[in-house]
Amino acid sequence: MAGIMKISAAEIKCDEEVDNNIYRFVRAKKEREKEESENMAGLMAGFGHYTHAVVRGIPASLAKEALRTSQAEVDLTRARTEHEAYVEVLRTRLGLEVVELPADESLPDCVFVEDAAVVCGETALITRPGAESRRREIEVMKEALKDLNLNIVEMTDENATLDGGDVLFTGREFFVGLSKRTNQRGAEILADAFKDYAVSTVPVLEGLHLKSFCSMGGPGLIIIGSSEPAQKALKIMQQMSDHRYDKLTVPDDIAANCVYMNLPNKGHVLLHCTAEEFPESVKVFEKLKDHMLIPVSNMEKVKVDGALTCCSVLISKNPSI
Amino acid sequence: MTTEAGSETEVKEKGEESAALPDQSETAKEESQEVANVEGEEKEKGKEKEKEGKGITRYLPTWFKKQKSQSQTSPTKEVPATEEPVSKGLEGEEEPAPEVNGHAEEVEEKEEVKSEEVKEATQPESNSNASADTEPPAKEEKVEDTTAKSPEETKETTDGEGAEEEKKEPEGHVEAETDGGESQTSIFQSPLRLVRKNKMKVVVCHVTLLDGTDFTCEVEQKRAKGQYLFFKVCEHLNLLEKDYFGLTYKDNHDEKCWLDPTKEIKRQIRSNNWQFAFGVKFYPPDPSQLTEDITRYLLCLQLREDVASGRLPCSFVTHALLGSYTLQAELGDHEPDQPRPLDFISQLTFAPSQNKEMEEKILELHKSHRGMTPAQADLQFLENAKKLSMYGVDLHHAKDSEGVDIMLGVCANGLLVYKDRLRINRFAWPKILKISYKRNNFYIKIRPGETEQFESTVGFKLQNHRSAKRLWKVCVENHSFFRLNAPEPPTKARFLTLGSKFRYSGRTQAQTRLASSLIDRPAPSFERTSSKRISRSLDGAPVISITEAGSETAENGRDHRLELHSDSKSPLRVHGDNIYVRHSNLMLEDLDKTQDEVLKHQASISQLKRSFMEAPPPSPPQPNQWEKRLTSSPATIRVQQQQVVSVPQTEAASADNTSSETKEPAKTTEVEIEETVVIQEVSRAPKLGVVTVTADLPAAPPAEHEPQDQKVKIEEEAAVVEEISPAKPEKASSDSESEEEAEYHPNVPASISQSQIPEEKEEEEEQMKEEEEEQKQVSAPVVPSLPVEASQPAELMSQEEEESKKEEMQVEEKKDDQEEKESGRETEDSTDDPMVTPEEEPEGLVLPEESAEAGPTEEPEQPKMNGEASLVEVDPRPQVICCSEPPVVKTEMVTISDTFAAQKTEIATKEVPIVHTETKTITYEAAQLDGNGDGEPGVLMTAQTITSESLCTTTTTHITKTLKGGLSETRIEKRIVITGDCDIDHDQALAQAIKEAKEQHPDMSVTRVVVHKETELAEEED
Repeated sequence: MAGIMKISAAEIKCDEEVDNNIYRFVRAKKEREKEESENMAGLMAGFGHYTHAVVRGIPASLAKEALRTSQAEVDLTRARTEHEAYVEVLRTRLGLEVVELPADESLPDCVFVEDAAVVCGETALITRPGAESRRREIEVMKEALKDLNLNIVEMTDENATLDGGDVLFTGREFFVGLSKRTNQRGAEILADAFKDYAVSTVPVLEGLHLKSFCSMGGPGLIIIGSSEPAQKALKIMQQMSDHRYDKLTVPDDIAANCVYMNLPNKGHVLLHCTAEEFPESVKVFEKLKDHMLIPVSNMEKVKVDGALTCCSVLISKNPSI
Repeated sequence: MTTEAGSETEVKEKGEESAALPDQSETAKEESQEVANVEGEEKEKGKEKEKEGKGITRYLPTWFKKQKSQSQTSPTKEVPATEEPVSKGLEGEEEPAPEVNGHAEEVEEKEEVKSEEVKEATQPESNSNASADTEPPAKEEKVEDTTAKSPEETKETTDGEGAEEEKKEPEGHVEAETDGGESQTSIFQSPLRLVRKNKMKVVVCHVTLLDGTDFTCEVEQKRAKGQYLFFKVCEHLNLLEKDYFGLTYKDNHDEKCWLDPTKEIKRQIRSNNWQFAFGVKFYPPDPSQLTEDITRYLLCLQLREDVASGRLPCSFVTHALLGSYTLQAELGDHEPDQPRPLDFISQLTFAPSQNKEMEEKILELHKSHRGMTPAQADLQFLENAKKLSMYGVDLHHAKDSEGVDIMLGVCANGLLVYKDRLRINRFAWPKILKISYKRNNFYIKIRPGETEQFESTVGFKLQNHRSAKRLWKVCVENHSFFRLNAPEPPTKARFLTLGSKFRYSGRTQAQTRLASSLIDRPAPSFERTSSKRISRSLDGAPVISITEAGSETAENGRDHRLELHSDSKSPLRVHGDNIYVRHSNLMLEDLDKTQDEVLKHQASISQLKRSFMEAPPPSPPQPNQWEKRLTSSPATIRVQQQQVVSVPQTEAASADNTSSETKEPAKTTEVEIEETVVIQEVSRAPKLGVVTVTADLPAAPPAEHEPQDQKVKIEEEAAVVEEISPAKPEKASSDSESEEEAEYHPNVPASISQSQIPEEKEEEEEQMKEEEEEQKQVSAPVVPSLPVEASQPAELMSQEEEESKKEEMQVEEKKDDQEEKESGRETEDSTDDPMVTPEEEPEGLVLPEESAEAGPTEEPEQPKMNGEASLVEVDPRPQVICCSEPPVVKTEMVTISDTFAAQKTEIATKEVPIVHTETKTITYEAAQLDGNGDGEPGVLMTAQTITSESLCTTTTTHITKTLKGGLSETRIEKRIVITGDCDIDHDQALAQAIKEAKEQHPDMSVTRVVVHKETELAEEED
């Protein structure tokens, strides 16, 4: 296309050593916090200050019919147990206002609400999921978000597809993975919906979604898997960005999918995988001293490509605006 | 074309002489005048004839006219005024300068009158002292004095005054002749012309201000430069932090262009539409760092317009928030008793698609801002606006290599590529090695990534050549402003007129921040106008009469100066109670958002301080170091120049913004070369960054010099140009906008003198400082040698070598300093030298080029430049190309290693005598390095030679050192320009050039030979 992607070492921090990263993270934290405090006052509310979460139940059809990239048997009961625990963390432990949508048997993947909507600030973009079978998931989601008084933007263009799982919002900008589920047009519509932010596209060569191997671990901190495609994607993101990001590399791609929040009285909160699933990656997370670390089991949903972020849409209703 | 060089030089000579004279004493003036008169007459006559013949006459009349008018009005007055150097300098120099330019251009087009003259002229062109020497004995004395001044200064000063003087006497003759001539400007024909002598023609400029009001200002039609008008506007606005702003005009194609402050307005607008708009040119990434509220207010006004027009897209919520701050700033607190009716708000434009819902939201938010002062509201507005992704992004339509519509966005951080709304690529400034354009193509050369070995060039297609050039200019300016600590020095005399010499001439952000930190005036009170953009009467619009112009300008000059020095003299324009604001550097630093910025800033400051404190006082009246550094703006420079008059040495120093020490070797640098061959020899050797710095110093480790090249890339370029480019391309080049291509090496901090700061590491700063110190100390002794060198053109190489040996530094191109500076841009290498900082980010590093810049002014520094250049490590590499072979590749544009891009130029300027040129470029290139061969096929093939028998040859040598990934590369580029009417045996010339090059640099290999042939074809092109 227009350019050859190259990444200069100068621009990218490519420390392979986690410790180093963490050191940097701490060092840069002051800066960030300063920015954050500014953000509070401004239009871009502080990153991770969520107040609400939208989740959805698991239909029985998930076990058999949910889309998946690998052939794996899903234990429905265990999946539901895990999901309940997940929701409990959000509601009880973190104090979010949780909107729980009922499962729909005709929509086996409906538990993965993230793909149906992208919410940033006061605006909610209702997506047009890349998988045909999932298109109707947005209906209930739209209503729920409307009820939360968000400005609803719908993706009506029939040429556009976008899964929320391909959208990484860093607090300063969007990265949209161009994947099997998300196309350029979808990204354009997202850019149109969130005009304040830069929206850069990142090719997702492997894995289902962009967030299948990365997520935010804090303001300016990207958690990234160590696979080659993941690292490539990170480099692209770093090149495309005017901002500097630190990275936290974890050995397992899927473990890089975490849920970050910055909550009053709790500070940095990170929901991540359990040691049972990815012991090595958990060791990395444990070096984040400033974070409240909450391991959340996700052994069943991951079989149908569901990661931690997939199961909720997080919303920050800023009372001041 | 051939004649161009000669004529120009002549003109300049005159100018110099005359200029020098006035300064010194009246007697001197008289003498000079006499001489000038005689010369002028002859020349003018010749020119006229020529012009008539070519039909370029229309250009001439204007010129003459200017001269006449000036001569009568200004010359006498200005000269006596010398006592007030500052004011004068600003005025006199600024205004007169245009004349010279005009002169030069016209001359260029004309055919040569005398071949001999031309040759002589060439020498002077080089700006060196040598030129002075060349001049007639009678003038010599005077000249010498002048010589002391740096080339630039001399030019400017001379131009202005000299031109005037010249004209005085010649006027009579000229007029008579002109009248007789066929195509004379209407002015000439008109009976009033005599009257004009006494009066300059003024024209009224209309400037639309950011609040929608109109500001009118009279300027002298012919010679007023953009700067003059801009200063007038800033004065009207009471704006001190003016470097973020600029004036725009609509060109003939209704496209918005930035008015170049250093050029005549008339030249730029090319129409009689003297309509301008004042606006933000560089959006400060962190508006909170602006010193004055009034600056922020103006920025707000610009952003409100940007937002309302949709140029700065933002979301509904942001629209509402910004709108609410606007209300707060303009209306104050929301008053519940008298709620503003919605219809009132709907009269205001906040957003492109504004609706009731938004207005309600705005009102609602407005209520929440209770108690906020207008200044606070503005700040909040900016704090939010600056986060918008398109803040400060200047978009240009383009197509990628596949013809897909994209947008290129230029901003503080680099170049962004958008497709629709999506960002699809981004090239940060540090990643860009070179920016160039050719025709409607725009190219950026990208620094190789970690894993890549070679640079790559990315090309974009613009709609046309104009838009390509405009984009290029914007890139150059943005890079300079945001990334450099000091602007690159204006291109000095250049041998070749290839490509645009355009460079950013204003202050960089670093400089302007420093300057504004020194602002020491009570916060000015100003009135915030409503968003309605109600126009108010323009009572204040100052009308400048011709005679008054001088004094007024002087005022500007003072003001400007005040900024820098925080003079108490500055007139207080503020009424009422104002808060006395004084910002310390520290405060500013604290405000810095990013660590990098802070570091940079600190580094720069500390460096400046250091250099200031440590630098040996060049001359008694040494201008404040800060001043020098800070003053990139022409106004200041002039001031300094004026001072120079009294103290010549000082002037020289001041001439180059960067250098603090006084030296004029730069002039010497100019060498007249009679053969023009461009040869680039490049050798790469593993090298340490330190080299550059040390180079100047004798103490510098010899090891550096030694060829350690692992990769030797030698490029020899022999360019045979039939037509000589104007000897002093600066002026000519600046004027000519037709250049179809130009290059800019963004990473090269060439212009940045010692002030450069390593971006990230403080420790490095210290190192640098130390190094600098060393340099200074060491450099001093070296100085004397330089001037000598300059004088002898032909022996450039040999001299250089010798010198280098002496110094242990290999300074090959001392004479070429000027060129080097110029070439620095062309030479990619300089950027890379990580002498100080090994990091990949070149900006932070002190590059050799920097020193080079400083060099001219400072004796000690010069060697540095040379030294850098000189560090040629020869690596005999097998990749030598046979010279004898016929041109292998015809290239329009070299994709990967376009070294020669700059070489081709088609001169097509409306204002300049228009010569239609056909270009033929032949490239010989070693197969080795980057695949140049991929370039597009050669452009044009013709070769008709033009008139005149004289053959003029110019040789330019550039030596550049680059450090890339541990490999240092030395590239010597020789450019030989042969101009002549008769047919030139190119092959022979080329062979000769290559032969010589080989002889001179046996250890290096010839990488590339480019033959560029230009032939004048027809009259018009565009």
